[in-house]
Amino acid sequence: MNSFFERRYVITAIFITLALVLLGRLYYIQIMDDRYLLSAKENVLRRTISYPARGAIFDRNGKILVQNVPVYDIMVTPREVKPFDTLEFCKLLSIDKEGFDKRFQKAKKFSPFRQSIFEKQIPVQLYASLQERMSDFPGFEAVPRTVRTYPDSTAAHFLGYIGEVNDKMIEKSGNYYRRGDYVGISGVERAFEDVLRGQRGVTYNMVDSRNVSKGSFSNGEFDTVAVTGERLVSSLDLRIQKLGEKLMTNKVGSIVAIEPSTGEILAFVSSPTYDPNLMTGRERGNNLSKMYKDPYNPMFIRPIQARYPPGSSFKPLDALIALQEGIITPQTTFFCPHYYQAGNHQVKCEHFDGVTDLRKAISQSCNTYFCYVFDKLMNARGVKNIRPALTTWKEQVNKFGFGVKMDIELPFESRGNVPTPLRYDNVFGKNRWRSSSIISLAIGQGELLATPLQMANIEAVMANRGFYYKPHLIKAIGDKNIIKEEYTKRNYVGIDEKYFEPVIDGMQDVVDRGTAAAARIPGIVMCGKTGTVQNPHGKNHSVFVAFAPRDTPKIAIAVIVENAGYGSSWAAPIGSYMIEKYLRDTITKPKAQVQYIVNANLLPPPPGWKPPVRKLTKKDSVKIDSARKSKADTIRKQQELKSAGERKKKDTLNKILAYQPKRKEDE
Amino acid sequence: MNNQRSFFFNVDWLTILIYLCLCTIGWFNIHAAVFDETHPQIIDLDTEYGKQFIFIISAVVLGAVILLLDSRFFNGLAPVFYVVTVLLLIAVLVVGRNVGGNQAWIPLGSFRLQPSEFAKFSTCLLLARYLSGVNIRITEPKSFFTAAAIIALPMFLIMMQPDTGSTLVFCSFIFILYREGLSPIFLIAAGLAITLFILALLVNEWYIIGALAAVAGAILFFIRRTPQTVITIVAVLAICIAFIFVIKPLYAHFPSHQKARIDELLGITSDKRGIGYNVNQSKIAIGSGKLWGKGYLEGTQTKYSFVPAQSTDFIFCTIGEEWGFAGSVVVIGLYMFLLMRIIMMAERQRSPFSRVYGYGVASIIFFHVIINIGMTVGLVPVIGIPLPFISYGGSSLWSFTILLFILIKLDSNRLGHIL
Repeated sequence: MNSFFERRYVITAIFITLALVLLGRLYYIQIMDDRYLLSAKENVLRRTISYPARGAIFDRNGKILVQNVPVYDIMVTPREVKPFDTLEFCKLLSIDKEGFDKRFQKAKKFSPFRQSIFEKQIPVQLYASLQERMSDFPGFEAVPRTVRTYPDSTAAHFLGYIGEVNDKMIEKSGNYYRRGDYVGISGVERAFEDVLRGQRGVTYNMVDSRNVSKGSFSNGEFDTVAVTGERLVSSLDLRIQKLGEKLMTNKVGSIVAIEPSTGEILAFVSSPTYDPNLMTGRERGNNLSKMYKDPYNPMFIRPIQARYPPGSSFKPLDALIALQEGIITPQTTFFCPHYYQAGNHQVKCEHFDGVTDLRKAISQSCNTYFCYVFDKLMNARGVKNIRPALTTWKEQVNKFGFGVKMDIELPFESRGNVPTPLRYDNVFGKNRWRSSSIISLAIGQGELLATPLQMANIEAVMANRGFYYKPHLIKAIGDKNIIKEEYTKRNYVGIDEKYFEPVIDGMQDVVDRGTAAAARIPGIVMCGKTGTVQNPHGKNHSVFVAFAPRDTPKIAIAVIVENAGYGSSWAAPIGSYMIEKYLRDTITKPKAQVQYIVNANLLPPPPGWKPPVRKLTKKDSVKIDSARKSKADTIRKQQELKSAGERKKKDTLNKILAYQPKRKEDE
Repeated sequence: MNNQRSFFFNVDWLTILIYLCLCTIGWFNIHAAVFDETHPQIIDLDTEYGKQFIFIISAVVLGAVILLLDSRFFNGLAPVFYVVTVLLLIAVLVVGRNVGGNQAWIPLGSFRLQPSEFAKFSTCLLLARYLSGVNIRITEPKSFFTAAAIIALPMFLIMMQPDTGSTLVFCSFIFILYREGLSPIFLIAAGLAITLFILALLVNEWYIIGALAAVAGAILFFIRRTPQTVITIVAVLAICIAFIFVIKPLYAHFPSHQKARIDELLGITSDKRGIGYNVNQSKIAIGSGKLWGKGYLEGTQTKYSFVPAQSTDFIFCTIGEEWGFAGSVVVIGLYMFLLMRIIMMAERQRSPFSRVYGYGVASIIFFHVIINIGMTVGLVPVIGIPLPFISYGGSSLWSFTILLFILIKLDSNRLGHIL
C-alpha cells in the first residue's frame, strides 16, 4: 500500500535543495554584496547643506570692505515640472529658450526627481519680479545664497576674489569642498579661506519613495548647524587706500604704506586696479577674461609681485651698512666730479657735488659718493676677498627683508633679488669680477630687485631706527580680535641705533631742500628719498620712499610709478599726499595740484602698439615699387605682431585657468 | 477507538507552535512594513496590521473549530467543498471586483474574499479523496487523467481572472502525484523543460543542441546499448530539440508584462525604473539588511514605501531588511522545519487520504515559499503569490490555516478509525 515510501526522501531532498539555493542567494546579497546598502542610503537620505555667510572684512577703522548680499539660486526638480509658460519664465530669468533647454536637460540628466541648480545667483532685483510668479512654475524653487559685495569698490588686490572650486582643489581639500562651492582664489579671500568660510551646516533628511520628507535622520544626530565665517579686521585705512587708488588712476605702479610701530599695512595700492564687484555675480567669467586680455594686467598684484630696482632709494641702506662696518663716519667726504670712474666705465652723477659728506650725499643723491662707499666696503678685506665681502653684504641687506619673502598673508609673493657671488661668476667667469664690475649695486641698480612692499618695509626700519614688525594686512581675526604672535615680535636688522640719525638727517634734507622738495608739507617733518630707476624697457620709473613724522613715525611709505620719469616729479607728490591725508585727514596742497596728478595719464604704450603710419600720397617722391615693398613689409610685420599678441593672450589665459600664476623666481 | 480525553495529546502541538510563530512574525512585519508615526499602536483597525490581528485571531478560532470537527467530515465533504469553490471561481468572474487587473475578489462588507485561495485546499481535499480510493493507480491513464482534470479545472478558472501566480500553485501538485506513484519522468521532464526554457532565451539554440547531443552521446557511450535505450535517448534528444525550437515562437506569444518580467529577471533587459523597479528595490531592501538587519521599525526601504506591495507579496523585504540574514535564515528555517514536520506527519498516517492530503499541504506551502522569496531576491520572475501565514490578507491566512489545520486534525486522529 505504501509502495512509494522512499519517494519522501526525493521530495525532501528537492525541498531542502531549493531552500539552500534561496539561502545562498540571500547570503550573497545580504552579506557579500555591499552595493545594496549604499543604494538603500541613496534612496532614503537627502543631504541638505546650509551655507554659512562668509566672514566680512573691515578696514582698521571699522569700515566695511567686503560684505555679503543675498542672491537666489533657482533650483529645479525635473519630475515636478508641469507644463508652463516657458517663454515668460525665460524672460523673467533673462535667458533664451535654447539656454533653458540646455539647463533643463542637464538637470534631468543629473536626476529627474532630485533638485539641482538651474540658474545661479539671481540678483535681488531680478528675483523680485520672479518671486510673485514662482507659483506658476511648479518644480522650480528659489534658494537664498549670498555673494560678496564691495561697497567702496576698493582694495581689489588685497581682498582677492572667490570662485567656484575646481576638481583639483576638491581633491586637495580631502573632499571637504563639493562641486559648486565657492572658495577664495586670491588675496585675503584665499589666504584666510579657513577662517572666512565658516562651517557648513548639514541636515540629513529621510524621504519616501515619492520624495516626500519623512523627518530628520536619527533625530538629527548627524546634523550640524551652519556657523558664519569669522570677521577679519584689516590693517588698511580705507581713506588713504581710496586716495592712493585715485592718485594712481591711469598709471602703472604701486603704493605701500606701513605703520612702523606695528607693521600694519595702511595702504596696498596696485595700479591699474579693477572693481572687485566685477568678480561676483553672473558676469564674473566674462569680466575675468576681459581683465586677462588687458595689456596692463590689472590682476597682477604689484605691491608684492612686481620687482623693481630700488634705485637711489637704496642709498640710505648703503650708508647704514657702511657706518655699521666702520667704513665711513658721517664726516667722511668724497669728491664728486660729476661721475664715478669704475675701472673702464663711468657711473654718471646727475650733478657736480664737489666735496660731499654723508648728509649732502643723501640729500643730493650723489652717485659718486655711494660708489666710493660701496667700493670701499667690497674691498675692505682686500681685493681678493670680494666674495665674502659681497656675501656678508647680501646677508645684511637680507636682514632688512630685502631679497627674502616678507611672509605677508597673501599668496604668490615675490622675494625680490639680492645677487650672490655665484651670480657674477656666471656673468663674468669665476673670480673674474671686481668691485667695479658690480658697482651699479651701490646705486640700487643692476641685479638688485625689490617689491614695493620691501621698499616700504625698509622705511619702516628707518622709522623704527633698526627693527621692523612683519608687515601684515590682517590686524585681528574674529570677534575676539586675535592677533598672531609673530606680528608682535621685533625683527632687528643688525644696525646700531646710533647710525640711523645721520642717515635720517640726510633724508630729512631730501624733503626739506633736496630732490623731494616738492613733497614738503609745512608742519610735518618728513624723511624720504627719491629714486629714478633706470628702465631698459622704456621710460624711467619714478620712485619715492619716506616716513613721517621724523620723531614719532606714524607712516612709512613706498611709491612707484612706472615709466613716469623722475622720482621727484610724480612719486614724491603722491607720497606726500598720502602721508598728509593719513596724518591730518586732509590735504593742504591746492586741489588743482592733486587733480593734476589724478588726471595725468602715464600709461606706457601697450605692447604691440605702433605709432600710426602716415599714408603715402602721390606727392611723395618715392618710387612706386619701393612704396609697394614697404607696404608689404608693414602688413607682414603687423600680422606677425598680431599673432604674437594673440599667442601671448592665450598663454596668459592658460595661466589663469590653472589659478596658479607662476611668477619668475630669483634668477 | 480513542476517546476524547487523549484528543489534545494527539494534536501535533509543535506544528501549531510553528504556525503561531509564523503568524506572529507576519503580524510584526506587516506592522513594520506599513508603519506610520501617526498610527503607532499595533492594534488599530484602520491599518493593515490592525486588520491582520483580527485575521490572526479569527484564523486561530477557525483552526480550533476545525480541530473540533469530526475528521470524517473532510473526506465526506471534499466534493462539496470542491464544487462550492468552483462555483465561487465562476462567480468571481461575473461579480468579482477587479483589483490591479485581476478579477479575483468578491466584496463582502469591508473585507474581500479571494476564492482562488480556498480553491487550493478544496482541490487538495478532492485529490486526496480521489487518489485514496480503492483501485486507483496513478500509473493508469484513466486515474491519471481524472486526477489531472481535478487539478486543471480550478487552474483554468483562475487563469481566466487572470491570476498567473495562483494558477501556477496548482502545478505543485505534481509532488503528490509523484509520491503516489507517478513516474519520475514527469518530474525530470518538468525540470528539463524549465532549464531548456531559460537556456533557450539566453543562449544561441545551436549551442544548446550541441551540448545536448554531446550529453546524449556520452550517455550512449557509457551505458549498455540496446536498441531500446538507443531509441529512447534519441527520442528524448529529438523532443528536446523540437522543444527548443518552439520556445521562442511560443515565448513571443506570452503576455507582454510577463515577458518583460522574465526578460528583466534573466538580465536580457535592465530597466530599474520601470518593470524592474519592484525587484530592484526589493533586493536593495533585503541586501541592505546585512547580517543582523536594521532593527524593528528601522527599515527605511519598507517604511518609506520604496518597495511596492510590501505588506503582501513583498513582505519578505521587511524581514530581510529589518532582521537581516539572521532573520531570513530563521524564517526559511521555520518553513523548512514545518515542511519536514508535515512530510513526517503525512508519512505516519495510516489512511492514504490523510497522506495524500499531507503531501498536498507540503507542496502548496513549499511552492509559495520558494516562489515568493525567490521573487523578492530576484531568482524567480515576479509572480503575485503570498508568503504563507506571513503576508497580509485574510483570505490567504484563512485558507492556509484551514489547509494546515485539516492536516493537524487528520493527524490527531491517525490512531483512530481508518477513513
